Amino acid sequence: MAVNPLLPQVAVVTDVRRETPDVKTFRVEAADGGELFAYRPGQCAMVSLFPVGEALFSITSSPTRIGFLEFSIKETGMLTRALHEIEPGTEIGVRGPYGNGFPVEFLRGKDLLFIGGGIALAPLRSLINYCLDNRDDYGRVDIIYGARSSRDLVQREELFVNWPRLRDTAVHLTVDVRSDDWEGNVGFVPAFLEQLNPVPEGKATITCGPPVMIKFVLQSLAKMGYQPENVITTLEMKMKCGIGKCGRCNIGDKYVCRSGPVFTLAELQKLPNEY
Amino acid sequence: MKKIAKTKLQELWQRLSAEGALHLPVRSDRVVEFVRWQEDVSADLDALNAFLPPKKYFYPQTETVLKYQFEDTLQLTDVSSLAGEKTILFGVRPCDAAAFSLMDKVYLGEPVDEAYRRRRESTVVIALGCLEPEETCFCLAFDIDPGKAPGADLLAADTGTELVFIAQSSKGEELLAKLNGVLQEATSGDENKVKDAQERAREKYVTRVSVHGLAEKLDTFFDSVYWDRLYRRCIACGTCTYLCPTCHCFDLQEYAAGRSGERIRCWDACMFPDFTQMAGGHNPRPTQKERVRQRFMHKLNYFPRQHGGEYACVGCGRCVRQCPVHLDILEVIREMGGAVDGR
Repeated sequence: MAVNPLLPQVAVVTDVRRETPDVKTFRVEAADGGELFAYRPGQCAMVSLFPVGEALFSITSSPTRIGFLEFSIKETGMLTRALHEIEPGTEIGVRGPYGNGFPVEFLRGKDLLFIGGGIALAPLRSLINYCLDNRDDYGRVDIIYGARSSRDLVQREELFVNWPRLRDTAVHLTVDVRSDDWEGNVGFVPAFLEQLNPVPEGKATITCGPPVMIKFVLQSLAKMGYQPENVITTLEMKMKCGIGKCGRCNIGDKYVCRSGPVFTLAELQKLPNEY
Repeated sequence: MKKIAKTKLQELWQRLSAEGALHLPVRSDRVVEFVRWQEDVSADLDALNAFLPPKKYFYPQTETVLKYQFEDTLQLTDVSSLAGEKTILFGVRPCDAAAFSLMDKVYLGEPVDEAYRRRRESTVVIALGCLEPEETCFCLAFDIDPGKAPGADLLAADTGTELVFIAQSSKGEELLAKLNGVLQEATSGDENKVKDAQERAREKYVTRVSVHGLAEKLDTFFDSVYWDRLYRRCIACGTCTYLCPTCHCFDLQEYAAGRSGERIRCWDACMFPDFTQMAGGHNPRPTQKERVRQRFMHKLNYFPRQHGGEYACVGCGRCVRQCPVHLDILEVIREMGGAVDGR
């Protein structure tokens, strides 16, 4: 018996963590105790809060951590505002996984340079934890991450405690705006990247952030000698279905929900500039 | 091959309506629409295109995709299994019949849209060949023959005083077999009349354009200044998309009533600013230029690239006739170098 692909599964929010003044991380489990679905790092899911609506979010948890999904969600519009009001125990709808996910096989054996800004650590975090949980399969891991201010850094425990203590793993943080409680770097991510100047040899880089950050990070990476095939990023578009039918997330002949959200710079260069 | 005198059509409608919900084009108040047949309603066999395309039978303008209810726990009910009333669709023109197979590529492609599949399978499509294409018809450009409709279950051909029926699928054959008492056997003379009518329809064609190689040409047309000129006329009314038999974009909205409600799918249009507007404020198609370009590029380049070279246009001419500012896809095709190869 075929099923309606637009029908979500019922899931329960089992934990809500406040990350920043406008970001919360929601842990979600199947209402019947089983697995919601298998997924790859970088894939997304449609989250429904009845009666408000449904939207696509990247899954921020790693598939190596079994039994739940996590979504880090910034309070932005009508649905996310309502999501920020819910308490653990709230039942929601989840369907997925959607999208291609990160090319974990291609990345195997390479040194990895993650470059993230603001809430866009969410999709990177799934891959970071995936790689760190399969530590022997990947080379050195460097994480460059920035936010508007120190209080806008998400996933602080991982940034400050869990990730830096692992071997061959370093976290480089920067904030746009100085504050009394911040002793680290102050400056935008692209400038910080050029200052750190990691060599491109043997490396793949995965970047995710606000469009303006991505634009300048890509320019910096090109200047530093990174090849477009080794530069990976993610795109976001408004989506209603997640399955290539509602017709609004295309860039040229590619639906971001099916062919994306993960693209290499080499792939992006072949698409029209409409994102 | 069977036939019936046009004077006996009421008898045919009667019999067909016993086999399923019969829908056919009916004129009322100057507009021809597909509606459910009732006693004493007569079909309009002359109007070429119904105002709204018959895609609504498989992909309704609004439909419930799920129901939800908060009891002790959240209950989600899939209503797609309720779709698919036995339906007979009479009088679908060849362009609209061809559009069904384009729509199939979207909704029967993985993952299959269950409600659409059920409606499609429970419907017998009876196409009606065109005798005299209008000035705004250009189905021939897409290799659609105005007198033929190979994707339909049955083809009806108007030979003057009679309608001749040709089965084109097992569903069509089954239905034809059930109409034995009403229909007569057609003769080889009738077969010739059908062929003549089909031939004449091709000859009467006035608007001749070619889309040969157009998708390839458009590969490098995205950044053309042509779009800067073209879009200025567009008033973003969305008429072109709602009347288009191949436009398939939708929105999902919630309709709440206390502790329960429905999620509704409804037609949406790439002509509207909020179609791609994101919550954070960014819009990848910020002006009408990008939206107009999206519509034409989707029909003539993106869709062919996604679906084995087939254009998402069947030349029905609805958008050409109804666009309030005459933003004409024929003009676009010609401008892009689609050759005018006829009169």
